[in-house]
Amino acid sequence: MAKRLNEAVEIRWHGRGGQGAKTACLLLADVAFSSGKHVQGFPEYGPERMGAPITAYNRITDEHCKVHSNIYKPDYVVVVDETLLKSVDVTKGLKEKGALIINSKKSPEEIRPLLKGYKGKVCTIDAEKISMDALGKNFPNTPMLGAVVKVSHVIDQERFIQDMKESFQHKFRGKENLIEGNMSALKKSMEEVKVG
Amino acid sequence: MAKRDRMSGNEAVATAMRQINPDVMGAFPITPSTEIPQYYSRFIADGLVDTEFVPVESEHSAMSVCIGASAAGARAVTATSSAGLAFMWELLYVAASARLPITMAVVNRALTGPININNDHSDSMGARDAGWIQIYAETNQEVYDNYIQAMPISETIRLPIMICQDGFITSHGVSNIELLEDEEVKEFVGEYKPENYLLKSENPLAVGPYGISPYYMEAKRQQAQAMKDAMPIIMDVAKRYEKLTGRKYGFFEEYMMDDAEVALVVIGSSAGTGKEAVDRLRAEGKKVGLIKLRVFRPFPRVPLAEAMCKVKAVAIMDKAESFSNSGGPLFNEARNSLYDLPNKPYAINYIYGLGGRDITVEDYYEIYNDLFIIYDTDDPGDVYRYVGVRDSRYAEGGFDHRKESE
Repeated sequence: MAKRLNEAVEIRWHGRGGQGAKTACLLLADVAFSSGKHVQGFPEYGPERMGAPITAYNRITDEHCKVHSNIYKPDYVVVVDETLLKSVDVTKGLKEKGALIINSKKSPEEIRPLLKGYKGKVCTIDAEKISMDALGKNFPNTPMLGAVVKVSHVIDQERFIQDMKESFQHKFRGKENLIEGNMSALKKSMEEVKVG
Repeated sequence: MAKRDRMSGNEAVATAMRQINPDVMGAFPITPSTEIPQYYSRFIADGLVDTEFVPVESEHSAMSVCIGASAAGARAVTATSSAGLAFMWELLYVAASARLPITMAVVNRALTGPININNDHSDSMGARDAGWIQIYAETNQEVYDNYIQAMPISETIRLPIMICQDGFITSHGVSNIELLEDEEVKEFVGEYKPENYLLKSENPLAVGPYGISPYYMEAKRQQAQAMKDAMPIIMDVAKRYEKLTGRKYGFFEEYMMDDAEVALVVIGSSAGTGKEAVDRLRAEGKKVGLIKLRVFRPFPRVPLAEAMCKVKAVAIMDKAESFSNSGGPLFNEARNSLYDLPNKPYAINYIYGLGGRDITVEDYYEIYNDLFIIYDTDDPGDVYRYVGVRDSRYAEGGFDHRKESE
């Protein structure tokens, strides 16, 4: 008997060493796990140093995911640092039904010409501004995560907000300004992500 | 009661260690196993365990700490990778020949030359003749489950044991896992009560003496016998573990093998990717199967050969190169085990995944396709092959060793 195939939502993260793309990738695995999914979150390691391009991956499935290879045809690509567009072919293999989500002050229309002919959705989010407004510091992880969940619908949005609140309450126990700041950054990014 | 959680393979090992609370840990950090002593030293700092943590200046010393502690009657553990394991080489033989049940978490990484931090099996495969039991894992869950079974196996047969997992792929990959309660683990693993040990005042013991010619060979013969006798113990522990968790373990796992026409034999995380290829090819009606080898030492020669004989052509996958001119370590042992059987399959070797080279579902399609060609033509062609390598000689039709030898 042939088994039913276990379709995965596959996400590839591009960032620079030290910016927290790996952390964001693992956070997404965490929240997807909390919502009852099977998850994989794994970075691709090499001789990394601060500022060098890094890649991380997520697979999110309903049943246990067997595959242990890297992801070559992602459903979504997340770019945490816009300057990577110059050196990394970020849309390589990206499915046209999927989307590119990029941390940028630019509009999707301004980003598109910088991509190598990608025809799918391009989504931009000014994670730096959102983070600066909400937390007074540039921590792009939380807003990027909010944008990914908003665009990909990979997990239930309300459940996600609730889980993140609990996660922040746990992580920043007693630091109300950080809990509120991160929650506000999360919600704002879910509202402000531009889809083009 | 099982607890659902998610964590990396390294955290899973550290968690199993915390639940067991061994007496001594000798540790020196090396990528990608560093997180294991890192997590564990935090557990110690938090007062969750009372293990004597001995940070040393090299892996040679880490293994020496384990040997000293184990000889003294303590339960000793360590973790390492790659060059760290290589640096322990001399001591691996000391531990095994002194019959010390040390548990070592090996996070498999390529050996240097050129320098590489990524996964293959050349480190532990290089140590395959050191007299250690070796158990490999496909997933984080299996790493955790294997670690909990390690001590009941090694302490019963008095051989050291390596619990291996693929560097970065499982060690740094976060995925779902079911954990046992601490008490369940403690009860399953039990307390270590060695019969004889260095510090037993009523019957003091010498450990690691000079073995002159009239004695040395008997010691080796007994080690070989112990490795053989480990076979039923591994199965007993697996059965006991299945009763506790419902998760079944053996020397190897057969995946879709019952009516398979061709199959592959593979170790570690790449077996998962292979299973996905099996699922998809089965959906197209192709009768393919897979054998995932879990226990490499002792080598399950007879049952593995019987399983391979279910098919007409088998691809034996090695994530380590032997430079032997006759295939990788798994190929040599697996193919050798077929020799006496009448209906043996064609057996070919693929070297894959060296130094972190990825193997994909599509790569497996190619391998199964090659196997069906052998199935149809009754010609195994070159039996010593590579997959996923950039080399013009391998670009079309493979590298023909028969031409080479002419």
